[in-house]
Amino acid sequence: MKHTISVLLQNKPGVLSRVTGLFSGRGFNIESLCVAETLDPKISCLTVVSRGEDSIIEQITKQLNKLIDVIKVTEINDKDYVEREMVLLRVKAEAHTRAEVLRVVDIFRGKVVDVSAKSYAIELTGSASKIQAVIDILRPIGIKEIIRTGIIAMSRATKTK
Amino acid sequence: MAFLHPLPVDRCGVHRYISLSSTIVTGFFKKHCNCPKQFQLLQGNGFMGKITGSQAIVRCLQEEGVKTIFGYPGGAVLDLFDALMDSDITNVLVRHEQGAVHAADGFARVSGEVGVALLTSGPGATNGVTGIATAHMDSIPLVILTGQVPRPLIGNDAFQEVDIVGITRPCTKHNYLVSNVEDLVATLREAFHIARTGRPGPVLVDLPKDLVATKLTYPEKTPIHISSYQPTYNPHPVQIEKACRRIMKATQPVLYVGGGVILSNSSKELTELAEKLSIPVTMTLMGLGAYPGSQKLSMGMLGMHGTYTANMAVAESDLLIAVGARFDDRVTGKLADFASKADIIHIDIDPTSISKNVRVDIPIVADCKNALTAINKWFDAESDFQPMEQAERLKPWLALTREWTEKHPLAYKENNTIIKPQYVIETLHRLTGGKAIITTEVGQNQMWAAQFYTFDYPRHFVTSGGLGTMGFGLPAAIGAQMAFPDRTVIDIAGDGSIQMNIQELATAKQYSCPVKIAILNNGYLGMVRQWQELFYNKRYASTTMDVVPDFVELARAYGAVGLRATTKSEVEPVIREALQTNNLVIMDFKIEREEGVYPMVPAGKATTEMLLV
Repeated sequence: MKHTISVLLQNKPGVLSRVTGLFSGRGFNIESLCVAETLDPKISCLTVVSRGEDSIIEQITKQLNKLIDVIKVTEINDKDYVEREMVLLRVKAEAHTRAEVLRVVDIFRGKVVDVSAKSYAIELTGSASKIQAVIDILRPIGIKEIIRTGIIAMSRATKTK
Repeated sequence: MAFLHPLPVDRCGVHRYISLSSTIVTGFFKKHCNCPKQFQLLQGNGFMGKITGSQAIVRCLQEEGVKTIFGYPGGAVLDLFDALMDSDITNVLVRHEQGAVHAADGFARVSGEVGVALLTSGPGATNGVTGIATAHMDSIPLVILTGQVPRPLIGNDAFQEVDIVGITRPCTKHNYLVSNVEDLVATLREAFHIARTGRPGPVLVDLPKDLVATKLTYPEKTPIHISSYQPTYNPHPVQIEKACRRIMKATQPVLYVGGGVILSNSSKELTELAEKLSIPVTMTLMGLGAYPGSQKLSMGMLGMHGTYTANMAVAESDLLIAVGARFDDRVTGKLADFASKADIIHIDIDPTSISKNVRVDIPIVADCKNALTAINKWFDAESDFQPMEQAERLKPWLALTREWTEKHPLAYKENNTIIKPQYVIETLHRLTGGKAIITTEVGQNQMWAAQFYTFDYPRHFVTSGGLGTMGFGLPAAIGAQMAFPDRTVIDIAGDGSIQMNIQELATAKQYSCPVKIAILNNGYLGMVRQWQELFYNKRYASTTMDVVPDFVELARAYGAVGLRATTKSEVEPVIREALQTNNLVIMDFKIEREEGVYPMVPAGKATTEMLLV
């Protein structure tokens, strides 16, 4: 089962390696990890996606909380939430596929951010499943390069469920 | 690692001048004014309102009540050792940095105070890592100060540079590299605070050489508040209520007690609870002494080398009350069969310990002392509870535990001539009245000590439980002896493990620590040999120590007293002589070579599947 955990931590040197060291040292898995400053430059927000049974995720949450520099740990999956990931794709775009690529980009509300004679660079944002769908569709046309940011997530202010 | 840093000569030079002049000044006052207060005052912000980083560190240590530290100098910590000379703090000069950390650890375990070690950069720091990991596994409060190369050189592969903060990240409770002199004192105060609060542990502070030479104004002490670190000390009343109601219904309860009870000084509260409710008690290796081993509710240690009674009682119990214990694999054996008939109440200050290995029915996150006090109070106030009725109700259960003990007591095959290690421990217990502080190395010596020296008091058994560090016992004994110079401190050792930090004999001698070392000498790495005997067809691969020093001669070489016993009748006279000697003593007991530690639960088996004597 996939879990998204959001962690507020002190923005100090070495804090990220405390978090990643905890995951590797205890054999927890990291599927993706994003980290950047919050409005308060002294505090960073880290979003980590991990897979495991509930008992493992409970341990991960507790162990993260135990780190002195960790301020708050929230398991986002417990709540109603929005998640987004961004991807940059370089796709083959030759005479006979250029139109098709553009159509796909349009359907998924992506943007072409770089153009060359033989390829398009595409920027796309969405949930992990949307990103996966785009990749699946563009793969037969030919993806030359792919860079994903990993998931960031935020719980909704008012519950819709 | 007493190499001087070759690079920052100019900095060194300038600083030497400063510290030299300050030494002259303080030396003058030491000589000419007998008032220690005035002297201390001068130590502080002094004449000019500013002091060096190293003077600030010393002052901070004094503020924390530190009287004794354990250290080894080197280029990166020259300033600190220099500043220490002007203070009332004693540095115990060890012979290897691992010894420094173990000694600080032993000091902390017996005194309950934070132990302090001071090591130089690079190899000094890395040599300390085993000691730090040992303390971390057993939750011992330590502050380890390490020197670091000057800030401009960090990351340049400078001489004696190592990223000790990176290396010790997984084996400290927290660690710091101080990079601004303004943060120095606050960081040190925070380090002591983190080390001693919550679930205690070692905290390392890495101090660049140029930083400790920089001047600063010593900041006033303010209350420490770390918003992201707020240990839960008080139990949730709902959980206490739930636990107590469950205890009231139990017919076969067991108290399973670990090192947390000792760390939180709650032996009294635990004893009150056990006796008020007539609940039998079993202790982990780290918990020995938390409840008096000689009392009739004590079932002794549980787990791999636990007593038959303790392991059977846990397996048959309907309610396991775990207090400050962490369900270590050496305690549980095969997890699926551990306390499989029992509901589990778990009291621990560290939430990560709860439901880590074994599912817990009623978790109580709190300091053991507060939780036990709350439980005791609840029973005192509960009108449905009568201690007499409770004792009556649990009579069959206690009778069953006694039956187990009668059937399979902790025992060994006695011999009239050959020395049995268990007999040595029993004799040590008898001749010290059970009041000695016992440290151990790791292996058979450790298990025999745990089994046969019936511990009646907390903080009397000092052993590396979690990490299982050979070479721990001797330096830890020195630390314990420094904390309590007038008490009898005995290191129970094997001929293998004593050699791992044998260089500390010189430290013991230099600081007049009359530690008694009892070597249970079987010429083997006994515990590994026992596993080879049982599980590897007696193929003794690399466990025979063909060459071992003559420990009696070795003792003499170090200015200590060496005694030897080769037959049973010599054991008592040797121990008597050792106990009467006010000097460091090595007792070399030539014991039965292939004696084993029993009961034994083979690794991965259920704890009821014990191999008995």
